[in-house]
This record gives sequence, structure tokens and C-alpha cells, in this order.
Amino acid sequence: MIPYNFAYLDENSKRAIRRSLLKAVAIPGHQIAFASREMPLPYGWGTGGIQITAAIIGKDDRLKVIDQGADDTTNAVSIRHFFQSVAGIATTTETRQASIIQTRHRIPETPLCADQIIVYQVPMPEPLFKLEPRRTETRILHAMADYSLMYLQLYDHITRYGRVAIGYDYPVMVHDRYLMSPSPIPAFDVPKMHMNPALQLFGAGREKRLYAVPPYTRVVPLAFEDYPFAPLQAQAPCAICGSTSSYKDEIILDDNGKRQFVCSDTDYCGRTSCQ
Amino acid sequence: MSYVAAKGGAQAIQAAHQLVAERNAPNPDDLQAQIAQHLHLSIDRIMAEASLYDRDIAAKALLQAQGDSIEAVFIVRAYRATLSRFLDSAPLNLGHANMQRHISAAFKDIPGGQQLGATYDYSHRLLGYFQNLQGPDESAAHAAIPSADTKAPNTHKKSGVMDILETEGLIEKSSTEPADAENRDITQIPPGFPASRAQRLQTLARADEGFVLGMAYSTQRGYGQNHPFIAELSHGSVNVEICPPELGFSLCIGTIEMTECQMINQFQGDSPETATFTRGYGLVFGHNERKAIAMALLDRALRAQELGEKVEAPAQDEEFVLSHCDNVEATGFVEHLKLPHHVDFQSEISTLRALRAQSLSTTARHDDTL
Repeated sequence: MIPYNFAYLDENSKRAIRRSLLKAVAIPGHQIAFASREMPLPYGWGTGGIQITAAIIGKDDRLKVIDQGADDTTNAVSIRHFFQSVAGIATTTETRQASIIQTRHRIPETPLCADQIIVYQVPMPEPLFKLEPRRTETRILHAMADYSLMYLQLYDHITRYGRVAIGYDYPVMVHDRYLMSPSPIPAFDVPKMHMNPALQLFGAGREKRLYAVPPYTRVVPLAFEDYPFAPLQAQAPCAICGSTSSYKDEIILDDNGKRQFVCSDTDYCGRTSCQ
Repeated sequence: MSYVAAKGGAQAIQAAHQLVAERNAPNPDDLQAQIAQHLHLSIDRIMAEASLYDRDIAAKALLQAQGDSIEAVFIVRAYRATLSRFLDSAPLNLGHANMQRHISAAFKDIPGGQQLGATYDYSHRLLGYFQNLQGPDESAAHAAIPSADTKAPNTHKKSGVMDILETEGLIEKSSTEPADAENRDITQIPPGFPASRAQRLQTLARADEGFVLGMAYSTQRGYGQNHPFIAELSHGSVNVEICPPELGFSLCIGTIEMTECQMINQFQGDSPETATFTRGYGLVFGHNERKAIAMALLDRALRAQELGEKVEAPAQDEEFVLSHCDNVEATGFVEHLKLPHHVDFQSEISTLRALRAQSLSTTARHDDTL
């Protein structure tokens, strides 16, 4: 293999990404354009998150990578190996041990600390894209803080279904100003973003956008006074550790469709069951 | 040699086929070199869509990708992302390209002459067609036969057709050199909308050939007005020059093959005096006429707003075309559906179950009241 620079990207590219990140931290929840590079993993596999991690990681960092909450899912393993091979950094599966956590679709159950950074992989950074696909239009809506389209969508759900029927990628207001996609994490995870002591960074490689939620920032899911935000809880405690507070994967056990619920966060589940 | 059905046409076709056959002569070297040689059009496409002109890297990638060209483009792009830029080249002087092919569909003969070059255009798509070629006669064996009206067809000043039309005022003036901000590298500085024409052309030059082809085709079938004529289509090699600031003079660092298409389109204007033909432009790495022509059609369609036309068809919609034309981006997002999505799917199932449960209990309540 050709020898690559530390963390794959050349220093100038990494610096350019860090400049965009600084801008993103300064304007919480606002999408910042950045010159996304092709990474050796495909778009859709987390190239935005990978580029952010590559731009901020140092030799002393300890990286945790999760996909669907688990450290051992194929893509998490692949991304972890990538950084091991191009940066030679230490990795961990323990949430508390990690200085950088790159994630797809989950926030760890273990609360994050002030010295940690969580990097989200984002497919569609624009929270309004299903309602207005044109970025030229959504840019104006964000500038005017006009989020009536999204409120109408929630209202439409309530009239149709009796509740807001958004299970994941639940729209949130950041710092009372920008509507933001929390990435396709379950609505269950959204409250963890609010006033989180860790720095939260979001990268969308294919869409060439990144954004951030600085530590201790207000992140409020959209809702109405009479229809408050009500994420769904799992139907049963974890079959392995017995946790009732965690987000669960539903496992089909046999051909008759027998089900079992287990923690999606494997690190959390492992430590809870030991106790 | 002319490509029109005039005297010499038969000879020209024979020579064209001979040129194609010669490119297929066996190469005893290793597999990668054979790929670079035998599949050179495939290599050209990979270099164009990867935005990196390097035949060896492209051949290596195609071999590694087992012939999947989008995968090969992706490999080359990922490699390209690690290269640091040290200089911009001087603008290519396509007027002084070493032409291997140069044709016009708008005029029977053109400055510099029509030069058929290697082409499949007049071959019959029969298996083994080029193996069974009859031996060339003496005159057809040469790649470039000087046409009667020119002494040195290989180094003529190109774009003569557009120049002539421009002098006569029949076609809009070619746009002036783009400002630095408009011209900036879209892979270094993220482009936005509206894009400058330079950014648009950069995007189209690396866009997926199939996508560009389909969109261009749609303009010909009525989705976006277009009445195109190929003024000039040429393929040749051109010098790449850089001017390092510490030297203060330019150096040629190599030659690259390019295909260029200058398209004349329907006239525009409010009065007979101001009505002129309009331009569409295509330029791609390597030998790829399909892409160059399609790009020129699409470039013209995307100028709708600038030229005061109604933007109605998909091909005229800049945000639609430019956001979806990149095959590495498209293939990534389409194929990422293979990755596990059980967490978000679980939340969808839970939501649907909750809706069902809610509606059941509501129905029950209704029943009670009955």
C-alpha cells in the first residue's frame, strides 16, 4: 500500500476542514459548506464523519467507532481499522475511555463528558429536504428562520395519525435559532443532545456540509404545547442485561417470528450485565 | 480526408478502421499495460470522471475493480484526494492541439480540413469486424492524410468555424475568461448555487457519462429546447504548461489527450439584427466524443436562465442536474442502503405499532359509546 499522511488526508485538507468546523461551532446548528474529499470508503458509509475525525484526531487520541450502537457492526469495524491503519491511533469500545466517538445512528447510553467529542455521520444534513429539495430555497428558509413547513408537517401527522409519527432523524432547534437534523438517530436519543457537555460534530461528506453543537447548547425537539415531544420507549427490558432505560434492537428468534429485545449499545449492555 | 460522402470518403473510412485495429494490436507486456492499451477508451472515461489524468493509475484501478468503471473512478478519486496541489496549469491552448480527429457537421469543409481519425462511426457492429479488415491500401494507411486545402492539418489553428461565425456576428461572442472566483477548483472550494458556468462545466466534465448522456438525450426529445449542430468536434493531444513563480517562464510538463465539442444552437435575440446562434461547450479528458457532445448539449440547456428562457425541463434545472450527476456520490448513497439500518427501522416499527395501538384504543372507545 502507498504510504499516506497521518489520518489519510494531507495537512492542508485537514486544516481546511478544521476551519469549517470552527465556523460551525461558532454558529450552532448552521450548515457550513466544506470541500469534501473522496475518502477510500464510499459516500454513504460515513465519509463526512470520517473526514471530521481525520481532521481532529491526534496521536494521543483514543477512538471509539459505533454503528447502530454497536462496536462490532461491519461498518464500525471497517472505519476503526481504517484509522488504525492510517493514523496508528489507539482504539477502544468503552464509551468512557474514548476521546473521540464516531457514530452512525446512535448516541451511547453512557453519558458523555466534557473532554469528549462525538462525531456523527450524516446522510442528509438539510432537515427540510423532504419538504423542499432545493438547497437554494432551504437556505432562504434558514436565513429567515422560517420553519413553518416543518411545523405543518408535524401538524399533518397529528391530524392524520394522532401523534407526530417521526421515529428517527427528529427535527430539533439548536440554540433557539437553527432547525437541525440530528442525523438518523432514533427520536429516543434526541434528549441526550440537549446541554450535552461533549462537543458534537456532524459531517455529511456527499452533501459537502458540516455542522456542530457546542457543549452545553440547547437542543430542543420540535413539538406543540398540547402535543409534547414523546419518544417511544422499548417494549421490554433487555434480554441480556435487563436494562429498562436503554434503546433496544428487536431480534427475531425463530421462523415463527418470536422476538427478543436487547440493548443496541453493546458497550453499555456488556457493562450493565457485569454489574 | 473528409468525412462527408464526397470523394475520398471510402478511403477515409478504411483508414479510420485501420487506426482502430492498430490500437488493438497485441501488447506482450503485463496485464495492466494491456488494459491501458486495449481498453484505452475505458481508461479515458475513468480519467475523466475521476478528474485525474494518469493512464497507469486508471489502468491499475480498473484492474483492481475487475472492470467496474464506477468503482475504478472511485479508487482514483480517493487517491487524488491525497495529492497536494502545488500549481495551476496555464490555460490549455486547444487551438494548437495535435489533432487526431477533427470534424464538423455544420460545414462540409472547415479551416484545417475535416479529419476523420480513428472512429467507430462508420464501422459495422459485427463481432470480429476489425480482425477481418482488408489490408489498407497505401494512401489509407496514414493516420492523417493532408486534405487538399491545407498543408499541415495536424497543427492548424482550431475553432476556425466558431471564429468565422463570430466575425460575421452570427454567433454570440465566446465568454471572456472567467474571474478567479468563478474559475476556482470545485474539488477544493465547495461550489454552491447558482454556479458559475466555469463551475458547471467542471462538474459536467467529471459527471457520470450515462447521466450526462441521458439528460442530453432528453433535450433532443423536447424536454428543454435545443436545436444543435456540431460546429467542431475534435480529439487530439495538447501540451500542459505551468509557470512556476520562482522561474517566471512556462514549462511544458507533458501532453494530455482531450476531446472538445463546440456546439451551435438555436438563435436567440429580440430582433433580426440581434438574433445570433448560441453556444454549448463540452471538453473531456481523453477520447470521449459521446461525453463531449452530451456535455455541450447539457451546457446549453443549463444556460436557459442566463439566456432568458423558461426553465421547464429537468435538463435546464441547474440544481437538479449538478446535484445528481456525480456517479461516485450517487453510487455511494444508493448502495449505502446495504448497510445495517436496524436502529432507524426499529424506530419506524415502534412508531407504526404505537399508531396502530392508538387507533385500536380509539376504535374501542367509539364502540363503547355506541
